[in-house]
Amino acid sequence: MAERLLLANIVMLNSIAFYILAVITLAGAVAALTLRNLVHCALCVAASFAGIALIYLQLDAEFVGFAQILVYIGAVAILVLFTVLLTRGTEVQAGVAFLSRSWPAGLAVTALVFAAIAAPILLTPELHKLAADSASAPVRKIGEELMGNYVLPLEVIGLLLTSALLGAVVIAMQDKKD
Amino acid sequence: MIDSLDQIFVSLKHWLVGLTPEAWQPLVSILVSIVPIMALFGTCFAATTIFERKILGRAQNRLGPNRVRAFGVKTFGLLQPIADGIKMLTKEDIVPFAADKVVHFLAPVVLTTPAWMLFSVIPLGRNMAAIDLDAGILFFFAVGSASELAVFMAGWSSKNKYSLVGSMRAIAQMISYEVPLVLSTIPVLMLAGTLSPSQVVEAQGVGTGFFAHWFVFTPWGLSGFVVFLIAATAESNRSPFDLPEAESEIIAGFLTEYSGFKYALFFLGEYIGLFAVAGMAVTLFLGGWQAPCKALEFIPSYLWFFGKFAVLIVFFIWVRATLPRLRLDQLLALAWRFLVPLALINLVVAALWHFMGSWQFIAAMPVRWGICAMLVVLPFVWFARLLNGGKVAPRKYRYAE
Repeated sequence: MAERLLLANIVMLNSIAFYILAVITLAGAVAALTLRNLVHCALCVAASFAGIALIYLQLDAEFVGFAQILVYIGAVAILVLFTVLLTRGTEVQAGVAFLSRSWPAGLAVTALVFAAIAAPILLTPELHKLAADSASAPVRKIGEELMGNYVLPLEVIGLLLTSALLGAVVIAMQDKKD
Repeated sequence: MIDSLDQIFVSLKHWLVGLTPEAWQPLVSILVSIVPIMALFGTCFAATTIFERKILGRAQNRLGPNRVRAFGVKTFGLLQPIADGIKMLTKEDIVPFAADKVVHFLAPVVLTTPAWMLFSVIPLGRNMAAIDLDAGILFFFAVGSASELAVFMAGWSSKNKYSLVGSMRAIAQMISYEVPLVLSTIPVLMLAGTLSPSQVVEAQGVGTGFFAHWFVFTPWGLSGFVVFLIAATAESNRSPFDLPEAESEIIAGFLTEYSGFKYALFFLGEYIGLFAVAGMAVTLFLGGWQAPCKALEFIPSYLWFFGKFAVLIVFFIWVRATLPRLRLDQLLALAWRFLVPLALINLVVAALWHFMGSWQFIAAMPVRWGICAMLVVLPFVWFARLLNGGKVAPRKYRYAE
């Protein structure tokens, strides 16, 4: 009896937590699209990222969740804010229409990108298998897979990022000669 | 007897949780873990504010706060934190007219909340981590990175040029120093073979030998510890890296437009962040709750942890009393041209150390130590000279006429 009560409690808490996180994520995303001040938009995007990270954690994907926080909130959100401040300024411009004139084209591009991501996911046979009891993978397992089975993609990504880093340094260094 | 003293808080928790009905146990267990941490480090915060001012006073040849009395009894200033708390709570909370009210309100919350969360993965004693996460160290750095966002929110929402300058400085500093901070921990993770703080501490135990294998007692560990401490000082915005606040240049940077309790929250958040990073330094390099040698293991593990922790806090205060503030270019040069290369070299040293461990010939140990120590000391000297423009001549001072 007590055990069933405990289980019911946990299931209920879990679903409550999920709905809170879903609301945070979706509200953050909607606010990021509709708010007029770019810094507010960027902060809302950060909130949305945080919601996604917490959903990962709720699914027992510890490593992915922490990596999401580290990369998206710690780096990407800060970078977006930096870029906004360095380029546009944060003043809301008057007389700008709510929708840009090229919105049908934007919609088409979005739909294409979504299809490109969704199609491979839907076509994977893995999706139709039943989920394992515990989806959590220990960090050690992830590390071994990365350094074993997936070492080539890892190296390629490393090379790509290094070249991007060097490229950024070269671009930033150029104006010193003048 | 010794074991029960060592585990007294753990058994206390189990006893308390056992008293409650079963359906409530998960919730009670969480609360019983959180409340002592918040009470303990809250008290640490109060104690540190007064001792920091006392030590600074000592360093600057003055008395420090000594006026607070309770019911006419002299307390030598020990009640200063309570007086400060009452002052902060009763002060008017001023929000600038032009400020972005919501973001201005949220900034101290976004700074303080993650700072508290950092303690959840630090093992404060044997079996005394609030949650024993498999990826605890990753959690620590991930959650710690949220403070950058908070500082930016504070500086930008104040709509004050000093605030904005301060927050831009803070972000440049935090992004730069996060790189050596994380890089300097990687050798520890490599040699301990885990991302869990508890297992990192276990790996530094006495084991079968006489002395504990704290990582700081190895060449790569010492180098990593030094880099970690410098980067940690910068991450927590403390002098000599207090450019974002720099009272004498930009008033108080991102704190300029904060007053009353919100200011106190920022103050709290920064100290809590400092405590957490000091606790992480103890965990990673100073053996966590492990005693230094077999003979001293009768002292409970949590006392070892807090002893080391207190030494580090005094070290941070001492540094603040000693060193002048860096210039922004010096700050960035120190990160990118000194700490990052050293941390990268340290990765190689740690790997060498690991593989030389299996050498079997007669003088293997001294050779291992010699090569690794050389690979640590020479780059330190070399990069320090490069940082100074390659000049080794005595510095020339110019005085105002």
